[in-house]
Amino acid sequence: MTIVTLANPPGAAATSTAAMNAPTMEKVIILGATSRIALEVERLMACRACELLLVARSPQRLAEIRADLLVRGAREVLTYSADLASIEQHAGIFAYARRAFPTFDTVLLAYGSMHNQRDSEASVDILLEELQVDFVSAAAILTLFASDLERRRTGCLAAITSVAGDRGRRSNYVYGSAKGGLSLFLQGLRSRLHPADVRVITIKPGPVQSPMTDRIPNAARFADPEQVGHDIVRTVERRSPDVLYTPGVWRYIMTAVQLIPETIFKRLSF
Amino acid sequence: MPRQSAARRQPAATPAREEILSWGRYPKIAHCRVHKPAWNDQVPEILNAAVPSSVLPRGLGRSYGDSCLNADRGLIDCGRLNRILSFDESTGVLRCEGGVSLADIIDVFLPKGWFLPVTPGTRFVTVGGAIANDVHGKNHHCAGTFGAHVRQIELHRSNDGLVICNSEQNFDMLHATIGGLGLTGVIARADFQLKRVAGPWIDAELVPFHTLQSFLDLSRESDGRFEYTVAWLDCFAGKNPRGIFFRGNHAADRGKKFRPRRGPKLPFALPEWMLNRYSVRAFNTAYYGIHAFKKGAGVISYDTFFYPLDSIRQWNLLYGKQGFLQYQCVIPERKLEAFEELLERIAHSGMGSFLGVLKQFGSAAPAGMLSFPRPGLTIALDFAMRGERTLKLMRSLDEVVQQSGGALYPAKDARMSPALFEASFPRWRSIVPYIDPKMSSSFWRRVTGAQ
Repeated sequence: MTIVTLANPPGAAATSTAAMNAPTMEKVIILGATSRIALEVERLMACRACELLLVARSPQRLAEIRADLLVRGAREVLTYSADLASIEQHAGIFAYARRAFPTFDTVLLAYGSMHNQRDSEASVDILLEELQVDFVSAAAILTLFASDLERRRTGCLAAITSVAGDRGRRSNYVYGSAKGGLSLFLQGLRSRLHPADVRVITIKPGPVQSPMTDRIPNAARFADPEQVGHDIVRTVERRSPDVLYTPGVWRYIMTAVQLIPETIFKRLSF
Repeated sequence: MPRQSAARRQPAATPAREEILSWGRYPKIAHCRVHKPAWNDQVPEILNAAVPSSVLPRGLGRSYGDSCLNADRGLIDCGRLNRILSFDESTGVLRCEGGVSLADIIDVFLPKGWFLPVTPGTRFVTVGGAIANDVHGKNHHCAGTFGAHVRQIELHRSNDGLVICNSEQNFDMLHATIGGLGLTGVIARADFQLKRVAGPWIDAELVPFHTLQSFLDLSRESDGRFEYTVAWLDCFAGKNPRGIFFRGNHAADRGKKFRPRRGPKLPFALPEWMLNRYSVRAFNTAYYGIHAFKKGAGVISYDTFFYPLDSIRQWNLLYGKQGFLQYQCVIPERKLEAFEELLERIAHSGMGSFLGVLKQFGSAAPAGMLSFPRPGLTIALDFAMRGERTLKLMRSLDEVVQQSGGALYPAKDARMSPALFEASFPRWRSIVPYIDPKMSSSFWRRVTGAQ
């Protein structure tokens, strides 16, 4: 009797059809939970009564977000304080996630950093730090979570890269190359996880109003993070498209930018 | 991302000057620097780095004049400090950060059967802004102002850190911060009372009236029976104005599903010629006609009842590029003739607008040192900014207000004289000891001569 239950748990059939039709977004891990876009995503997920595991550096800020999300309807909010840029801490994060949240179904990577391009040109340390945060550490932690989802043959991995990664530009190629590297990494990962039914979503926001962009004049004209968060949640919920440009107009802008021949592009200073 | 990269080429040290406008889009003022803390733990750093009288906390910028501006100095935009921290179901006390908007609170708590104790005519203001202006609503006669429902405030002060103000400790500071125009510090967190309601519906009643006396009769008669009362006024009609009296109570839950609507957005400032005495007069006649036709009782949703203007996003662009001024005053009830004189002058000028709002305040004691509401009749009117002739009309209205012993509302003002401020708030100096040495505002410097 017990064996039968284990082999074919009640509701198993229902779960698998649900996975086909209604997307699951019940237990979500957010890496970089205090980033501006992540905050919007978390709120929308709280309204949908998700369970969340938030990872970020500051325990105090995590506690503030946790309180907010619980009032807004999140079923459960766990927090884990760690520095995601430091790969040595990844094992601890992953072990905690496996232990506290063994059946997580969605992982969103939302952290990143953008230095002034001039600084990265002048200092190799700053350059390496940017590549470390935006690409190396991101690829490292995604690999841990990807393998777990692949083994369980379920779930969704989403990561925020940037439209800046679509083409190397004079004024922002360090950040762009890190994010572009991450986009390529996700592209390959998507193909690898496809047979295991794990979705990989590449999120490419245009410039968004956030602490990362505040120092740029005219930042008030950048996209509203609430709108970006909304687009992300909708995409994760529907598990489509594979590559999200948000706001949507950036898909067309970047298509045009990519069509400019290199001989001309190299002369452009933007 | 061309814009972003162009910016990158500028040296990072140049502080960006930003033109930030208040809701009235007048005056046009540039600011040195706008700080946008994302977390409360960043506010002390900002205050430490600021020089004396250099910054002003700001919420959603819905004050009409210059009380949310700080010309050539800095602003602390509190919009990202928008976390709700706890809610006690047994008492209805909500604790949240100062930048949480009332719209957000309604979205989260109305489905759970709770509503704001007091709400102004727009839900797009922050809790911090509602406290700093001690805002009032259609239930002033029975609930007083927003500040009356505040239990505790945690205030970032540049000179003494995080100060907790409640009825037991720092009560004076609490009293100064309510209606304190943001000058006493940055509101980190506030605790205030929500109230139980059955649902999002309002049992509303519309009653047309034709004289000021009939408005007063209606108001008196309704005060005991209706939680919310307000009137719309056609200000072209002179001292015996026609208008529509709105009154309502929260309705029992009727199981009807409520769907929030997202209204259209005004994309740009309308050309100024579109708004003239004929078009406005035509609007007022139509508005009166439609509502007089619909008179009687009905059930409407809370957003239609409380926030009709919120349905058009950026409605302030209606008044054109030069912006507009709002004139909100209160006149003691025994000075009814002064009120009639005021209406006469507005009608005579031909510059009135479609947003004439009339309300009789209750007798609740003021919650803050600089609270505006006091017993009497209050009227709020918009005037498109058309240069000197608009300002001249307002000065002539000021005379009436000052002679009657009335007052003008700082949150709506962009031009009152220091003398009128003194007359409106004879005890304004009592707030001075509580002002944070690093805070100032354009409004405050204008009306008090402070540096």
